[in-house]
Amino acid sequence: MNLNFQQLWRYQDQFIEGVILTVTLTGIAAVAGTLIGLSGAILGRSGPQPVRWFIRSYIEIIRNTPALIQIFLIFFVLPTFGLKLPPFEAASVALSIYFGAYAIEIIRSGLDTIPRSQIEAGASLGLSRWEVFRHIVLAPALRNIYPSFTSQFVLLLLGTSIASQISAEELFHTGSFVESRTYRSFEVYAVVCAIYFALTMAFKGAFAVIGRLAFRWPVRR
Amino acid sequence: MALVEIRDVRKSFGANEVLKGVSLDINEGEIVTIIGRSGSGKSTLLRCINALEQVDGGEIRVEGKAVRTDMQDLRQLRQRVGIVFQAFNLFPHLTVEKNITLAPVLTGKSNKQEARQLAIDVLERVGLAEKIDAYPEQLSGGQQQRVAIARCLAMAPHLMLFDEVTSALDPELVGEVLKVMEDMARQGMTMVLVTHEMGFARDVASKIVFMHEGRVWEQGTPSELFANPQTPELKSFISSIK
Repeated sequence: MNLNFQQLWRYQDQFIEGVILTVTLTGIAAVAGTLIGLSGAILGRSGPQPVRWFIRSYIEIIRNTPALIQIFLIFFVLPTFGLKLPPFEAASVALSIYFGAYAIEIIRSGLDTIPRSQIEAGASLGLSRWEVFRHIVLAPALRNIYPSFTSQFVLLLLGTSIASQISAEELFHTGSFVESRTYRSFEVYAVVCAIYFALTMAFKGAFAVIGRLAFRWPVRR
Repeated sequence: MALVEIRDVRKSFGANEVLKGVSLDINEGEIVTIIGRSGSGKSTLLRCINALEQVDGGEIRVEGKAVRTDMQDLRQLRQRVGIVFQAFNLFPHLTVEKNITLAPVLTGKSNKQEARQLAIDVLERVGLAEKIDAYPEQLSGGQQQRVAIARCLAMAPHLMLFDEVTSALDPELVGEVLKVMEDMARQGMTMVLVTHEMGFARDVASKIVFMHEGRVWEQGTPSELFANPQTPELKSFISSIK
């Protein structure tokens, strides 16, 4: 096989832009999705019945359909209802909704790990339900789900590649573009893969550092 | 008027009636020890006093005010009635100081500046001032339970409930917790204990309540009850624990 990476070099600006867009998309969906996850997990246990029902349906629909089709629905179908979003915005919305459904389930499972006795101890000190949640339940629950949250985040980062299908110019889209110009399929996708790998490793490292700083208290092993 | 008036309280879990009409008075400054076999309803009764369990029938009054479960009343009730649990239930992610000051600061009993001093004060009462910056996981069981007592004391309750607080401890750690409780008793705290520590019941309690099958079977001073049990159930209970 005759490898030639030289030709890719002149596309480095496009690659950098692709990386920036991938990271931005991941960041937006992660933050928005986590907010959806937190509020969804809270409302899903203590909200009124119709709200719980809505959240349950949302989770099941999103987690049991292809993300690619969700993104298409937002991009191609919403305009027929008068809401036309550019590719990047549509991808941000779709991936936030997508990540949110998984985040709700992860956070909910974290809240379930907190023993009732902790909630009782808080209540018996005169704290309100919200104070108990905010000061007693939340931090240990987040610690317990931190590893699974990290893996879900990595899946999100890799999943942003589907945004290429509505021509949002993220990393995978850049790869396809360069491939169509150079016909160097293997080299292009090897480079794209290496960049995804480096990104996930970097984020995992960052998450580990943040975790160590945020969750300092000793736990029984 | 008694500090706590319990009138004909009933409580069921599903089909299982745990309290079958319990009436009891707890007066200010009394040390009331509730004894009885497991399943006799002791802990449930205790948990009803600060509304961790809702009664199905009858009424409990604390300082003349009926115990109800709507939030505003609940908050006030729980600032006056503290409870210490069998499993300590310290908050693992907070230091000893924050465990103690969280509730006083949130409920407005203390402000952030005074909070550390408050923690030092109550920790001195349980002999653990040097552990103020430790996390619960770094303490022994006995120390954790003393911190839990200090956390309760920081709310300056009028009444403290102790739910088998030495049952989860290694035998050699029981003494330090009982000593703290004896000190509190001497200082005039009103206390209600569910316990299997008969020595403590005999030496410190001002009143012993023997519960059996969801009812107050017998009550009286320790010397009355232990020396002269009236019912065969109490007789057999006393002989079984010797």
